[in-house]
Amino acid sequence: MLAIVTQISQWMIPIILAFIPLYATVRRVPVYESFIDGAKEGFPTAIQIIPHLVGMMVAVSIFRETGALQFYLGVFKPLLARVHFPEEVFPLGLMRPITGAGALAYVESIFRTYGPDSFLGRLAGTMQGSTDTTLYVLTVYFGAVGIRRSRYALKVGLMADFAGLLAAWFIVRLLFGA
Amino acid sequence: MVNYIWLFMIVSGVVAGAIQGELDLVTMAALKGAKDGVAVCLGLISILVFWLGMMRIAEDAGLLQKLAKLLNPVVRFLFPGVPKGHPALGYILSNMSANLFGLGNAATPMGLKAMEELQKLNPDPKTATPAMCTLLAINTSSLTLIPTTIIGMRMEHGSANPTDIIGTTIFATLCSTIVAILLDRWFRHRLEATNKTNAS
Repeated sequence: MLAIVTQISQWMIPIILAFIPLYATVRRVPVYESFIDGAKEGFPTAIQIIPHLVGMMVAVSIFRETGALQFYLGVFKPLLARVHFPEEVFPLGLMRPITGAGALAYVESIFRTYGPDSFLGRLAGTMQGSTDTTLYVLTVYFGAVGIRRSRYALKVGLMADFAGLLAAWFIVRLLFGA
Repeated sequence: MVNYIWLFMIVSGVVAGAIQGELDLVTMAALKGAKDGVAVCLGLISILVFWLGMMRIAEDAGLLQKLAKLLNPVVRFLFPGVPKGHPALGYILSNMSANLFGLGNAATPMGLKAMEELQKLNPDPKTATPAMCTLLAINTSSLTLIPTTIIGMRMEHGSANPTDIIGTTIFATLCSTIVAILLDRWFRHRLEATNKTNAS
C-alpha cells in the first residue's frame, strides 16, 4: 500500500509536466512563450500577499510566543475532562486552524512522547492530515486578490475544522479504541 | 470577524506578556512573525512562478476547459453563480484535484489563479463573492486522499504501519468538507435573502 502511495505521488508531477506541454504542442500552442506569459504573474501575486501574511503572522506569533495560547488551553481543560476528550491532543485542535507550523510541531511532540501507533498518535495524525490551516488559507487566498471583507468565509472554515475534529475523534476511537 | 480575531490575538498576547513582566517577549514575537510572513511569501514565489507558467500552457491548450466540461455537474452544483465556460472553473477544478492528490504545492497557485478569475466577476473588488467563499470553504477543509506529510512523519517515528491512518483521515476530511459545503450553502442563502429584502 505504502509503495503504491509513494509511487503515485512521485510520478504524478513528472507525468503532468510532460503531458501538458506535449498536448499543447499538438494543439499548436507555443509552449515556452505560454509558460513565460503565465509565470510572469507569479511574482506580483506573491508580493501582493506579503502585507496580509505579515499582518496575520505577527498576531499569531504574539499570541503563541507570549503564552496567551497556553493560557486559553488551560481555560478549556475542565470542559474537556467533562466530555472525555483527550486533553493531550486538545492543544492541536486549537492550534490547527491558526498555525500550520505550530500544529505540525505539536504532532511531532505527540509522536515522540506517545508513539505514532498509540491512540493519541493516531488521533493527532488524523486531525493534522484531515484539515488545512484555515487562517493561513483565508489570508493568502483573499490577500492575493485584495479582498478585505471576507463575509462568512472564516466562520465556515472554523466550524468545518471543529466538525473535522469531532469526526477524527469519533472514527479513531471507533477503529482503534481509546 | 477577522478584525476581532486579529485584535484578540494581539491584545491577549500583550496582556499575557505584561502579566509575566516580559513585555519584550511581545516585541520579539511581533518581529519574528513579520519575518516569518515575508519568508513564507518569498518561498511562494518560486512555486507560483513555476505553476502559473505550467497552468497557462494548460489553459492555452484548452485542457482546463476540457476538465471543466468533464466535471461540469460538480462545478454547477458548487458554483452556480459562475457562468458556464468561464476560465475560473478550470482553475477551481485543478485546485481541487491537486488538493485531492496531496499536491499541496500545486494547489495554492491554482487556487490563487481561480480567485483572480473570480475577482473579475466581482462587482465589489474589496468584498468576497459567494463563489469565493465556497472555494475557500473547500480549501480550508482540504479534501485529501493521502496525508503524505503525516505518513512520512509516522515512518520517521518508527510506526509499524504508517498508512493505517489513511482511512480515518479520509473519513474526517470528508466530514469537515461536507460540513463546510453545507454551511457555505446556508450562509449564502441567508446572504441572498437579506440582499433581496434590502433591494425591494
